[in-house]
Amino acid sequence: MSTAGATVGSRLADIVGPQHVITDSAPLAAFAVDDKTPAVAVRPQSTAEISEVVKFAAKEHLAVIATGARTKLGIGLPPRQYDIALDMTRLDHVVAYDPGDLTLSVEAGIPLHKLGGILAEHRQFLPLGVPYQSQTTIGGTIASGVDSPLRQHYGTARDYMLGMEFVTGEGIASKSGGRVVKNVTGYDIHKLMIGALGTLGVITRINFKTFPMPAASRAFVATFQTVERACGMRNRLSQSPLAPMTLELFSPGAADLFSSEAASRIEPNPMPQNVISGTRWSFTTGFAGNENALKRYETDLRKMAEECGAVDLAVLVAPQVAPAFARKREFVPIALSSSPAATILKICVVPMKMSEALKAAGQAAEANHLPWVAMARGVGVIYFAMLPKGRNDETKRQSALASNQIFAACAALGGHATIPWCPAEWKDVLKVWGLDRPDFAQMQKLKTVFDPLAVLSPGRFVGGI
Amino acid sequence: MDSRVITDLKKLLGAEAVLHRPEELLLYEYDGSVEIARPNCVAFPKNTSDVVGIVQIANRYQVPLVGRGAGTGLSGGALARQGGILVPFSRMNRILAIDAENQRATVQPGVVNADVSVAVAHLGLHFAPDPSSQRASTIGGNVSENSGGPHTLAYGVTTNHVLSLEVVLPTGEVVRLGSPALDPPGYDLDGLFVGSEGTLALVTEITVKLTRNPEAVKTLLAIFDTVDDATETVVDITARGITPAACEMLDGWTIRAVEAYVHAGFPIDCAAVLLLEVDGLREAVEQQAEDIAEVCRLHRAREVRVARDEAERALLWKGRKNAFGAVGRLSPTYYVQDGVIPRTKLPDTLRRINEIGTKYGFEIGNIFHAGDGNLHPIILFDAREEEQFRRAVATADEIICFCIEMGGSITGEHGVGMEKDRLMPLLFSEDDLNLMRRVRDAFNPAGLLNPGKIFPTAKGCGEIRVRPLPVGASRA
Repeated sequence: MSTAGATVGSRLADIVGPQHVITDSAPLAAFAVDDKTPAVAVRPQSTAEISEVVKFAAKEHLAVIATGARTKLGIGLPPRQYDIALDMTRLDHVVAYDPGDLTLSVEAGIPLHKLGGILAEHRQFLPLGVPYQSQTTIGGTIASGVDSPLRQHYGTARDYMLGMEFVTGEGIASKSGGRVVKNVTGYDIHKLMIGALGTLGVITRINFKTFPMPAASRAFVATFQTVERACGMRNRLSQSPLAPMTLELFSPGAADLFSSEAASRIEPNPMPQNVISGTRWSFTTGFAGNENALKRYETDLRKMAEECGAVDLAVLVAPQVAPAFARKREFVPIALSSSPAATILKICVVPMKMSEALKAAGQAAEANHLPWVAMARGVGVIYFAMLPKGRNDETKRQSALASNQIFAACAALGGHATIPWCPAEWKDVLKVWGLDRPDFAQMQKLKTVFDPLAVLSPGRFVGGI
Repeated sequence: MDSRVITDLKKLLGAEAVLHRPEELLLYEYDGSVEIARPNCVAFPKNTSDVVGIVQIANRYQVPLVGRGAGTGLSGGALARQGGILVPFSRMNRILAIDAENQRATVQPGVVNADVSVAVAHLGLHFAPDPSSQRASTIGGNVSENSGGPHTLAYGVTTNHVLSLEVVLPTGEVVRLGSPALDPPGYDLDGLFVGSEGTLALVTEITVKLTRNPEAVKTLLAIFDTVDDATETVVDITARGITPAACEMLDGWTIRAVEAYVHAGFPIDCAAVLLLEVDGLREAVEQQAEDIAEVCRLHRAREVRVARDEAERALLWKGRKNAFGAVGRLSPTYYVQDGVIPRTKLPDTLRRINEIGTKYGFEIGNIFHAGDGNLHPIILFDAREEEQFRRAVATADEIICFCIEMGGSITGEHGVGMEKDRLMPLLFSEDDLNLMRRVRDAFNPAGLLNPGKIFPTAKGCGEIRVRPLPVGASRA
């Protein structure tokens, strides 16, 4: 235990109670962000306590990072300073759930799987099929801005989040939005908190719209010789009346990745055999509805796939759908565990440019001798994983070169790319947040409003905010 | 105001693009709300650099600056509350690009909402947000107010369909926010600026998502003998997890006003109708329509009609979308509220609105987005009589307070503007409002852009000025 930790710890114990303050170095290691370990971790129970902790930190010029299940703390730049971990997991209650109104208010620390169980009792759900599903909290999901295959149909959290309560960098408890499904009262500050890595506020409560579970769902897989043809299938589908739930393309390497030991650790139910190809591009889509609608999807998708030059195709039914979906959902953790130095880019382009973006990214990785696997969502969001066999200066240099080439290619296509996941010690060279943004000055203005003393997650966000 | 403002504006834009004589300004002193505020002058930009020039002039002479679309807003958002330069975007009305394959369109702010859908109809696409004012209201106005409409129940409001904005900040700086590609890195500035009621920037270009037209649409009219049966039906449809594309309610009083004006075919002897629409795949729509009809019958619907063709469907919607115009024929002035409540509270709330009306001696019509719980109670009164006006405001306040008690909100789609600013403390603490004020001040440091909106000022109720409404104005 450090002396600083002990002093700060005793002050914080007055706020949250001594049993909720951690100052021993062994347990503190679990709160490390990019190899930086805090002096103390606290487990507050209420917004009032969080407010006090942040006020204390602001007064003492200490930096605070809010944590949930700590599955995505590697996203972003290393913190400039990190003194107090604010463990949110005691705030794990459902504040209000009105199934008849399909609205929900929850504390930030509630685990997503626990929440899923509560909603499932009413045959409802939140379309947050995000990675680390069995561990992650709702607050961490929102603060990290991770997305879900279900965005194809339901959009992202910004489309179904109704309001939020949060604590600013000055320790002020504040809120925006509300609990009704339609509301234009005041600024939509809660939207700013999505993906902000806690740099504007500590999220304490979130209100959502919930959704009825679809009657039944199936999935369709077709494989194609080339990325152009697989993208062609995506484009063909987007011009049809079909409105699928999920739509992902996978590069040939995904087959090995998904049948790996790492994958089965993360999702124990086996991947249906021979569904995605180890040599071809796979087009996958999930759809839902009544029996007649499901039949229609199957008929139309088969026809489209044949017209688009599919090599083979398959329909997945009930027992196969869940494990296949789980692999899509957990693509990032599976990829991360498959290489000692996995570097995963998030590449966003308009959908019609996906084929070009995927080719450019593949060429950049190959030119730098990096094995790679890609998952491309139909909406134009690509997760491109470069998976070197070693974690050393050589692979660091190769990954930096490849990612810079990809950044340039994306910019030329009118898109943008970032590196949400890579080894911590590579972040001095890899451009984690991609190329400079023209609206950066506007973002700095917001940081100054919400956290003028840079108490919250300092340095981790875009441009070192 | 310094007379050099007008000289400089004329030099920048040409004399024909600047209005300043009192008779010219009359048209610009009102919008769709019950408020009045006259600008000192009106300046019409043709492009972004004109807008920058106007902003620079406003800064030079420290005069307020207010953007304006078609002026159909219902909360005074586009009124120059503290005078100054009003900037209508009617000359920036071009659709700049349509990218059918990626389902995006880039438009100038003065483009009329419905014109976007018309322009892409041949591609099987449309712009989903459909405020009832859509034949007049502009995309720029929709962006400022985060407008809704009947089909937002399934498709979301304006903010769910905006990808990128070019804005001119009150400092004169031109900034592009967001991106046509999804998930731009950094804070969601689009999310903040859409719905900021013109207090953060003047929007000069908008990239929106286009939505594919559904393969099949079915429109149902369910007719009820009591308001309770209609509202209970909405509660039950929601609870069963059926999401119609639209779920609108008109009460008997409104129906009779509409029928006298539009002849949409609503039965004039009923207590309420629900106008329901389902869309999507043929196979799904058939079943959804049957499910909905069954729920309606379960709640004693006297009749459930299904529109047989596009003409019948269009007529039903014409009745709905012109309802406010129809009401305008009945009274010199009306006051529309925009409260939102949890859908489960609909029956209680409608009963309470009726009681409140009786208490204050008003007949209150109800026509609203039932599926969203977004109410639009209409209070008819004569604004020329001060006592009536005070009573109307008291009635409205009591309704809004009830919505808040139910866990609701003061505005679902019309905006706070200068009409509901005084109600903001009912929902937000002083800390909440101060944080929002600081966000505004970060972008609008001198407070020149749209001053006196959203945030409560010292104004009391009696200070609201009202005017008799023109007959047949379309709203909500």
